[in-house]
Amino acid sequence: MAAIAVREVSKHFGSFTALDRVSIDFPDGGFYALLGPSGSGKTTLLRIIAGFEFPDSGHVTVDREPVESVPVEKRDVGMMFQNYALFPNMTVFDNVAFGLTVRHLASDEIRRRVGEVLELVRLTGLEGRKPHQLSGGQKQRVALARAIVIEPRVMLLDEPLSALDKALRVEMQVELRRIQREVGITTIFVTHDQEEALTLSDRIGMLRDGALVQEGAPGEIYERPSSVFAATFLGDANIFQGTAEAGGLRLADGTLLAVSDNAGAAQSQLAVRPEKMWLQRSDDTPAEGTNVIEAQVSQHIFAGSSVTYLLDWQDQTLKVFAQNRGEGVLPLGERVRICWSPAHSVPVEP
Amino acid sequence: MTVRTASETAGEGTAERRPPNRALPAMLGPAYLWLAVTIFLPLSAMLYFSLLTETPFGERVAAFTVQHYLDFFQKDFYQTLMLRSFRLGAEVTLYCLLLGFPCAYVLAKTIKGRWREALFLLIILPFWSNALVRVFSWTMVLRGNGVLETAVNWVFPDFGSLGLMFTYPAIIIGLVHSYLPYMILTTYISLQAIDDSLIEAARSLGAGRLTTLRRVVIPLALPGMAAGSILIFVPVVGSFMEPRILGGRQGTFIGTVIEDQFTAVFNWPLGAALSFIMLGFVLLIFALSAPVLRRAGS
Ligand SMILES: Nc1ncnc2c1ncn2[C@@H]1O[C@H](COP(=O)(O)OP(=O)(O)OP(=O)(O)O)[C@@H](O)[C@H]1O
Ligand SMILES: [Mg+2]
Repeated sequence: MAAIAVREVSKHFGSFTALDRVSIDFPDGGFYALLGPSGSGKTTLLRIIAGFEFPDSGHVTVDREPVESVPVEKRDVGMMFQNYALFPNMTVFDNVAFGLTVRHLASDEIRRRVGEVLELVRLTGLEGRKPHQLSGGQKQRVALARAIVIEPRVMLLDEPLSALDKALRVEMQVELRRIQREVGITTIFVTHDQEEALTLSDRIGMLRDGALVQEGAPGEIYERPSSVFAATFLGDANIFQGTAEAGGLRLADGTLLAVSDNAGAAQSQLAVRPEKMWLQRSDDTPAEGTNVIEAQVSQHIFAGSSVTYLLDWQDQTLKVFAQNRGEGVLPLGERVRICWSPAHSVPVEP
Repeated sequence: MTVRTASETAGEGTAERRPPNRALPAMLGPAYLWLAVTIFLPLSAMLYFSLLTETPFGERVAAFTVQHYLDFFQKDFYQTLMLRSFRLGAEVTLYCLLLGFPCAYVLAKTIKGRWREALFLLIILPFWSNALVRVFSWTMVLRGNGVLETAVNWVFPDFGSLGLMFTYPAIIIGLVHSYLPYMILTTYISLQAIDDSLIEAARSLGAGRLTTLRRVVIPLALPGMAAGSILIFVPVVGSFMEPRILGGRQGTFIGTVIEDQFTAVFNWPLGAALSFIMLGFVLLIFALSAPVLRRAGS
């Protein structure tokens, strides 16, 4: 219902730069995940979009209209706060109904919509409780319900599901996605859960120290991280150092790690995802055209459907995920070959 | 290692086996003893006086009577005064609320950093001056040809006399000035405790500034406002200095009459009886308003 554009937005707190010339397009009706370490400026960006904070430079537009002069209450933004910000003097019902009562809806309409949204967040029956009588996860769901129920043009969700157990979180993810699709609300959410970012969103933006480091569809960001930071922050990655050369990366010991032709600009680092690698006993002949390095199994973590191997290679520890296909687990100390296809070597910026 | 285990066992012994409120009487005891000596004893003496026929000093012999209490209910004069005093208390409290809340709000939510401290000091400052000096300085301002009149006449040359001195409004002005800091401080404290994100949440849900104030800020600040109101209402009802100095002939209230009984007429029993009746009414008012306050505070 609304496309948001953030253009060259910077924000300083005193001499500290919380956001540094961030430009992002949030497409109309999209589900956008903001990722980044603690203190990277995610909340600050949401607060600027909501109108609580003003950028020192740059601007924000909603449907191409600049919103600088639009006060918070006119922006029609459903903000869910990281600290929930529930009204302590009101019951769960009144908290959720707040946005509807200020819109002067009829009281039976309010009752119906609050009832629906409370059912959706699995809180039916707790209408009469005060916030201090709720658990952390229940508070979080009340805050979520309060932001959803007004069906705003834009939803800004600051870690909406972080306090929930796994099962409930998955349920809520499904519900969130469903509402967002049905009503078509442009949603921006902050999460620390990589899986959540990857499964829920259409696009992911990664912030670091107030700067946008990479942006793209989940698959793109995961398969083609542009920097060491992006590769290691979202998912696991093995990083190789060396010197860039035609066709790949030359390691210090002289081995050439091949990179596929369309991999982009050469870099002195390569990232390889652990699940893209497979292990071979040293006496097996390696397949043609794959990258091969020799390493020693230092640890294995059996997790049922898969096994995670930690391997010593030179002075580095590499990680490899192997599907459990019933071949048994490689013993500790075994010397093995790690292989992967050049297509999965991703040159990354430092 | 040994130190840790020792403290652990000690911790178990004290914290888990003994009931946790053992220390309570020991901590509260001195305070209650002090209160008993300084409040309860003089008050009982006053209650005793209020039941005597005359002030039991010197040769005079006093008998027991409830006549002074009956006097209050038989003479319209006292009842009118009592009503007037409560009205004064209510008005002063109301003005303090109207002036104090915006002031506290700006201090707590708008101004940040060093300015806040400076402004705070300006509010507390009147507290540090002597009350009598404060009231007399108001006479300088309010009297004919005083500071205020001169200033008004300087701006509007033909304005003439304000005639404020020795009127009811003069008393109100003096009392509001004396008691306003209580309201600002108590309201400030409860406003300070309101997380800014609550106000932001209300606004992001579509509430304008006034709706946010009415539905979020004021309900949460109510305990502070109530505390301030009580702190102001009770002493104002019994006040005698400001009415006497600023009100002149208009300044007869229950407080001034009680004071007269003790200092001029020397009828302590009547003064004491009137004091207890006033106390009774104050308690009655609080008892009646308690449910409202409790509902608002929770
Ligand atoms: N009002 C403020 N005054 C000063 N510094 C601030 C203020 N608000 C945020 N910051 C700083 O700006 C940086 C970004 O803060 P922000 O809240 O956006 O981080 P975040 O990415 O949301 O982190 P988290 O994941 O921990 O919530 C932090 O270093 C923080 O200390
Ligand atoms: Mg945050």
